[in-house]
Formats: sequence, structure tokens, C-alpha cells
Amino acid sequence: MPPPDLLSSQGLRLDGRRPNELRRIRCKLGVFTQPDGSAYLEQGNTKVLAAVYGPHQAAKSKSSVEGVVVNCQYSMATFSTGERKNRPRGDRKSQEMSLHLRQALTAAIKTELYPRSQIDIYIEVLQADGGAYCASVNAATLALVDAGVPLRAYACACSASMAWRGAQPEPLLDVGHVEEAAGGVVLTVASLPSTGSIALLELSHRLHSDYFEMVLSRAMQGCKDIEIVLDKAVREHLAEGWTKQDVVTI
Amino acid sequence: MNGHVTIRLASERVNHCVASSNELPRFYTPGEVISGMQDFMRGHGTYVEDDCIKSSVAGVMQKVNKLICVRPLKSRYVGEIGDVVVGRVLEVQQKRWKIETNSRLDSILQLSSVNLPGGELRRRSAEDEQMMRKHLQEGDLISAEVQSVFSDGSLSLHTRSLKYGKLSQGVLMKVFPSLIKRRKNHFHNLPCGIAIIIGNNGFIWMSPMQRNVIIGENKDEIQNYEHQPINKSDREIMARLKNCVAALVAAKMMLDDSSIMFAYEESLRYDDVKELLDPEVMLDIAFLTQHRLNSIMEE
Repeated sequence: MPPPDLLSSQGLRLDGRRPNELRRIRCKLGVFTQPDGSAYLEQGNTKVLAAVYGPHQAAKSKSSVEGVVVNCQYSMATFSTGERKNRPRGDRKSQEMSLHLRQALTAAIKTELYPRSQIDIYIEVLQADGGAYCASVNAATLALVDAGVPLRAYACACSASMAWRGAQPEPLLDVGHVEEAAGGVVLTVASLPSTGSIALLELSHRLHSDYFEMVLSRAMQGCKDIEIVLDKAVREHLAEGWTKQDVVTI
Repeated sequence: MNGHVTIRLASERVNHCVASSNELPRFYTPGEVISGMQDFMRGHGTYVEDDCIKSSVAGVMQKVNKLICVRPLKSRYVGEIGDVVVGRVLEVQQKRWKIETNSRLDSILQLSSVNLPGGELRRRSAEDEQMMRKHLQEGDLISAEVQSVFSDGSLSLHTRSLKYGKLSQGVLMKVFPSLIKRRKNHFHNLPCGIAIIIGNNGFIWMSPMQRNVIIGENKDEIQNYEHQPINKSDREIMARLKNCVAALVAAKMMLDDSSIMFAYEESLRYDDVKELLDPEVMLDIAFLTQHRLNSIMEE
């Protein structure tokens, strides 16, 4: 059981949020000109850059006639964590993250449309303050939308944890670094909220199955909330980049 | 180094938007339901799920009779037959070249669809196959036309006209293909003495106008011409044009010969070419160009 002091007596968390409150999300599409699509996303103090190249011709060894090959690279800047990292990418943790990212994003991309092609997605974590995986999925989704890659729906990821308020179990949404480090269980969900399907589910510790449903539904609710934020950002970006000449063709 | 370096705060960033945003169209985002399945056909950028047509990209909906498409703001180049493209040779293969055209898959230029030196009606021999690398090498830039589109979406190009072929000296700019306006003609000789090829694939080629080349002259002289140094004034004009195009792209304005020429004329009020890289100046040029385009449209 996690230490009981994750929630104050007033029911507020260590950073002052309510249990079902997300951290502030700020995002921007099209931050680079060189890649086909790019995005920057801040979730609290977690800051992530994503760049998408493609779809382009796949390397001969990877090429598949069934669909597009999605290639992810997750890397954390050496200055992103409290203690300076030696290897920004290529270590076990980054490799695992890359695989998980690929799983979540492949579920969202309409892969069957583009045989013999490849999409490269590069994620750079600038500051890691908990939930780096969730922020990476959300940023990658925005970058894919910016690149004009066909998606089934937005892929959103959110984490949730468990805390106790008195004797009442209370799931916490969007876990920050402090709460992660306190040693509680963290459930990470990547899903397509508009269809309700789950693309990836990960649990860091053991959790009693009585509470699982509750934590999962809170994380799914978080994904839905994030989708709304992302959709708003995409619409703002469209309104800004839209050229009037387009009307002529309609 | 004692050049001027300006580093501005993020809060002082210039908003490059010049379009008067009075009425915005309805935007669709991935996963959004467009309509029920009845009476409609799904086109590009849409898919069918639960008897509904849903959008798969973020953009503007287009309806042609019963066909519904959603066009994204920007994407890779989707070729159509007859498009003019500028591309780079990636690979020399058996009887064909692989060309990079910013398309989803590499394009192909067959040996049988190029004009080899020495007349149109010439048989291609095994010797020609061996000479392919002499004709076009890896890294060479070419202009070409889309001859056909294969079933998987890759393009087959041809250069069977004198206006197409290898490009020698000039400036290449890459922009988003959606910014290129489709026109009858994509080859322009601008009044400032620069020839420009606005490729449908978003590659823009600028080179000095070829003045005194008479076709049919002996080959060595043309070869020499390709390697002649370009004088400074031409280089400056090309740099200025390049910066003007960059200003239009930053403001997300459509590119064609008239908008580029207007931007060039407006840019002449700034003497120094490098001044044009300043964000405020770029915005100014884009704004003045938009104004001139609007006044022409009204007429």
C-alpha cells in the first residue's frame, strides 16, 4: 500500500491538484520546418519534442507489403533528469520506451494504406518530471497529425495511481515525479479515447484487483480529457495555417 | 566574427499570419464523424467505421457530388499525371534511375523515357545502358513530368521534351507541396533575369536565364556554358528571390509566378539581401504581396 500522505486531509495532492485533475498541458504543432511533422508538448514540467519523417520509402530490409513500418526512437536529453544522464538513447529503458511507443502509435495509424513505406518518429524528452511516456505519446500524436498521416483517432496516454483518503481509496490522475518516487503503483494507459480501445496498458507494481477497475477508469477519463486538449490545439493550428486560396477548390 | 547576432525572446516572436481570418471553414480532425454512410462515398482522408464516414486527417472537407474527401494542411506530395516535378537522382539501376521527389515512395525514371543526346528517334543499345551514369549521376537534379502513377502510388517520370532534363547551376528550395498553386505553366522566366521552375512536388528551382544557347550548337559549348561562373548580380537576385519565397512560405501564402514576382518587387525597398531574413521584414513583404494580390483579384 502506498504511503497515506499522498493526499492531504483536504483531499489535495502534493502539488496542490485534486485527485482527478490533469497537469497543465501546453502544446504547439509545426515547431520545425525540416521534418514532415513536429510538435512540442508540456505536461506540467515534463517537456517533450516530437518529429515525424515520412511516410517515405522503406529500407529494403524493413519493407513490408502489408503496411507502413513505424519506427520510433525515444531519447532523453542528458539534462532532462535531476541527475545527469550518460546515454541519451540506446540504453535498456529507452529501447523499451521506443517499443511501447511503437505499439501505441501503430494502433492509431492507418498502416494498411501505405505499403512499402516507413514512418520515423523521433521523441526527445527535454525535461522529465514523471509521465514522460504519456507526454511522448501525446506529442507524437500531434506530430503525426501535423504531418498529415491518416489516423483512426487521436492516441492519448495517461497515468493513474492509488492513494487513500482516510479509509476511502482514491485514484490519482496524471502522476508526477514526486508521486512516482513515493513508491505507489502507477498504471499507464495508451488508448484511442474516441473509440474506447486500449493500445497499451502497463502496471508498475502489484495492485489489488478490487481497485484495478477504479484506477483504470480514472486513467481512461484522463485520456478523454487529454484528447479534448489535443483536439483544441489541432484546430487552432489549422485556423492559423489555413490559406484562403483553398476555398477556390471547394 | 563581429557580425550582428539578434536573439529574440520567445514572447517577441513574430506571428507570420497575414490572411484576413474573417470566416474559417469547418475543420475536421482524426476520428471525427463526418456523416452517415448512406448516399456518400468515402475518399482520401476518410474511413468507414460503425456505418459512419470518419475523418482520418486534420483538414478541410471537400465534396464532389457524393464523394467526400478530407484534405490535410500539409502532407507528402501526391503525384498526378502531367505534374512538373524537380527531383534528385538517388540511384542508377538497370535501365532506370531512382528519383527522390518528396513523394511517399521513390519515383522512377526509365531509360526509355529520357531524350538521349543525338535525336529523338534513336534506338537504345546496350551501350546506352552502360552510359547511364554518364547521362545522370547520383545526386544530380532533374526536372521532369509525371508520366504515370503506379498502383502502389509511386510515380513514373519522363523527360522527353527539351524543357525537361538535368539542371546545372542554381538554387533549390524545398517547401510544402500544398503551397504550390497548380498552373498551366510551371516554367517561368521572371523579368529580373531568372528562370524559375515551380515543381508541383514543392521543389523550386531558380537558375540564371540561359541567354545565348542555340539548340543544335555543338555539344562542347553547351557543356562549357554549364560550368561558366555566374556573375555576382545574378547570384544576388537569386538569393533575394530565395528569401522572398521563404517569406511567403513563412506566411503560408500560395506560390506561383505572380506572387513570387510581387514579393520580389516589394523586397526591392530593402537594399541588403540579408535584411530579408529578419522576421519583421518577412512579414512586411508577405503583407504587401497579399495586398497586391488582393487588389488584382478585385479588378
